[in-house]
Amino acid sequence: MSFASILAQLLNGLAGASSLFMVAAGLSLIFGVTRVVNFAHGSLYMLGLYVAYSTVEFLGRTPLGFWGAIVVATIVIGALGALIEIAILRRIYRAPELFQLLATFAVVLVIKDVALAIWGAEELVGPRAPGLSRTVEIMGRRVPQYDLALIVIAPLLLLGLWLALTRTRWGALVRAATQDREMVGALGVDERKLFTGVFFVGAALAGLGGALQLPREPANLGLDLAVIADAFVVTVVGGLGSIPGAFIAAILIGVVKAFCIALGTQSVLGLEISFSKLTLVVEFLVMAIVLVVRPYGLLGRPPAQQRAVGEITTLPNMPDWRRWLPFVALLALIPFAAPDDRYLLVLLTDIAILSLFAVSLHVLMGPSGMVSFGHAAYFGVAAYAAAILMRKVQLPMEVAVAVAPFVAGAVALVYGWFCVRLSGVYLAMLTLAFAQITWSVIFQWDSLTGGSNGLTGVWPPAWLADKRVYFWLTLVLCALGIGLLWRMLFSPFGYALRAGRDSPLRAEAIGIDVRRLQWFAFALAGAFAGLGGALFAFSKGSISPELASIAQSTDALVMVLLGGVETITGPIAGAAIFTWLKDELARRTEYWRSVFGLVILALVLLFPQGVVGGLAMLWRRVRPAS
Amino acid sequence: MMLHVEGLHSYYGRAHILADVTLEAREGEVLALLGRNGAGKSTTLKSVIGLVRPSAGAITFAGARIEGLSPFRIARLGLGFVPEDRRIFTDLSVMENLEVGRQAPRGGAPTWTPDRLFELFPNLGRMRDRPGGRMSGGEQQMLTIARTLMGNPRCVLLDEPSEGLAPLIVEQMAKTIRTLKAEGLSVVLSEQNLHFSAMVADRAVIIEKGRVRFTGTMDELRADEQARTQYLSV
Ligand SMILES: Nc1ncnc2c1ncn2[C@@H]1O[C@H](COP(=O)(O)OP(=O)(O)OP(=O)(O)O)[C@@H](O)[C@H]1O
Ligand SMILES: [Mg+2]
Repeated sequence: MSFASILAQLLNGLAGASSLFMVAAGLSLIFGVTRVVNFAHGSLYMLGLYVAYSTVEFLGRTPLGFWGAIVVATIVIGALGALIEIAILRRIYRAPELFQLLATFAVVLVIKDVALAIWGAEELVGPRAPGLSRTVEIMGRRVPQYDLALIVIAPLLLLGLWLALTRTRWGALVRAATQDREMVGALGVDERKLFTGVFFVGAALAGLGGALQLPREPANLGLDLAVIADAFVVTVVGGLGSIPGAFIAAILIGVVKAFCIALGTQSVLGLEISFSKLTLVVEFLVMAIVLVVRPYGLLGRPPAQQRAVGEITTLPNMPDWRRWLPFVALLALIPFAAPDDRYLLVLLTDIAILSLFAVSLHVLMGPSGMVSFGHAAYFGVAAYAAAILMRKVQLPMEVAVAVAPFVAGAVALVYGWFCVRLSGVYLAMLTLAFAQITWSVIFQWDSLTGGSNGLTGVWPPAWLADKRVYFWLTLVLCALGIGLLWRMLFSPFGYALRAGRDSPLRAEAIGIDVRRLQWFAFALAGAFAGLGGALFAFSKGSISPELASIAQSTDALVMVLLGGVETITGPIAGAAIFTWLKDELARRTEYWRSVFGLVILALVLLFPQGVVGGLAMLWRRVRPAS
Repeated sequence: MMLHVEGLHSYYGRAHILADVTLEAREGEVLALLGRNGAGKSTTLKSVIGLVRPSAGAITFAGARIEGLSPFRIARLGLGFVPEDRRIFTDLSVMENLEVGRQAPRGGAPTWTPDRLFELFPNLGRMRDRPGGRMSGGEQQMLTIARTLMGNPRCVLLDEPSEGLAPLIVEQMAKTIRTLKAEGLSVVLSEQNLHFSAMVADRAVIIEKGRVRFTGTMDELRADEQARTQYLSV
């Protein structure tokens, strides 16, 4: 590579980094003050792009129209962020952190459908920036003028933010609230106004980031989750809450990506490596190195100790198998009761598999205290492992299903090694980043995985071809898996895990190696999720990268949260309600996501302890005092 | 009457911490809230400012009922709170810490500016741009009081202002509290240190295990040997 082409790629990378920086800065700012991880930040970016597109169409493709549209999009998205804060989040600041997450995820669903309804499913290609549509020649390379403009805008914005945060009263309040918002309130500052303001600014940054990409990137409905994953990587690398950190990390990652694309396919030691396809893997390597060297990111600091009024969490009882066995047997009888209802069978099979999936995630989220945003990685990896083992290695399906969980467990072991080094939001973001990487490896490895088409012909052998038989197999295996996980939770291992979650220092002091336990739990949860994934593959006959997508991960997250993290059996209820509801809605309307999102919002606002937790509380209230 | 607390009950989770606490602070007086470690002094002050939501009881401040209001509304009525663990904003400079506490001037209460506060706490004036995290414990204690005064309160709740301070600084703190009183502020101060309270307080309330055991003037407390030995560690 010549120096000139290096320079050209550098500039390209910097231009791409500017929007990433804005989204990540907004995310960081909002998290710092309100402790809300705004899952909808990618959606706000996406909307910013769409709104800018439509505004330019309306105002005309003139410089004034173009920059006017950028400003309009920024303000509209900022106002939308403020609205989300006022209408939803304000009501649940006192609820557990995870519920706020669930709420912002519901917003993702709603925004996606709103965008679908207004702008349609087709990609929309925006105009070039009027007045900046040509290229400049730098050392014989043509560099778009607009890229240069972006390279200037990002540092200016950083400067502006920095001045706002360090030179104004608002900035002092924001920084003070980032450290101790309760104290800020006790000093007479109206936290609600401050929070709404922070949401406005954070959302506006996302909107601006999206709008500025108008000439570079077509607007499409997949941007929301793609951008949030990138933003998570940037915030984790830069350090949560640090805006300069976000800037440096965005540049680092933007440039690394651009270089990978520029390298294209190179032969290293006789091996053909396609670097352009490895972009995400390289991004992951950067992140891994940073996290090992600096666990809280380049400019981050260990999260301040949360001031929380001591909560008393009562230990739920181990579910009694004598009570559950008849229940499972009853389920097994359903195919006899409704022999011709294929739809019901498929639904029940799905529910059984997703129950196992949700319970395995719950093991991480509840007793281990590790929230995973990327549990589908293991589900998807195992589904693919099983399918590939059968189709390409010609192993019998039974063997493939038995081996797949070990593959998923091994992957979880690798990812877990990094994840258990972190905690809380950092850990969650890291799991999401890993899942996104897994997804893109599956998506891009055409020769092995069939790429975006996935693999077909993944059918079980003759003895399982009957849907009823397959359901019985699934039911038995999933029930066993769930039983084993529960057993584990109430074994010394499970108690040690909980001790590690509740007071890591004390647990260490009595000789519990918390990190090791968590690592093991991580791998175990991954393996059981994998069993679900393998069963799922053969129940459908075909698989696609969707199985490892963020959407699949968040499905599991929603199931657990709907059921209630504090309960043991909640995730099963969550999985059943979720799967059934999604199915019902998807059959009735194209806009099932938004309906679903609204249902989640309603549940979150009504039952901040999850459905099972909420019902249990209602029961305690109405039960006659005895 | 500046502050009147009647029949206050507070819980942490299921633990009943305050049981039927009643006390009052008159206009312009310094009231000492005394008690051993864990007696419930901090919980009382936090319940008054709204950081802990009392489950029962009435709190009247300057004629307005404030129980159940959010802390910022209570603070805006002119009730200042200085927490025991200081809770300085460590990333913010001294001036910025003061800025966060600033509220509009209030009738019937002294008005504070950074310059006036630097007269009261000369040390702070010499480190205006120093981040709060790089100050000594004593300096932080000064700053946390100054920060609350920036809200121009009529009454301040001081949680253990003498805790962990060197004897010389404790003297200074006592002088500061007397100055606040001279300015017309009412002060409710929680203390374990009877000696310190004796230097500044007009009246005292003793609580033990979340219940009020003594109410009276400092002179009455001096005379009541039994109350002192039974409820305070002297
Ligand atoms: N956040 C909390 N969660 C649960 N219990 C608490 C909490 N804070 C205090 N307590 C308990 O409430 C009781 C009263 O505490 P409080 O802090 O009011 O005491 P105090 O009189 O201020 O003591 P000290 O002189 O040590 O500051 C104690 O028994 C304490 O253990
Ligand atoms: Mg105390």
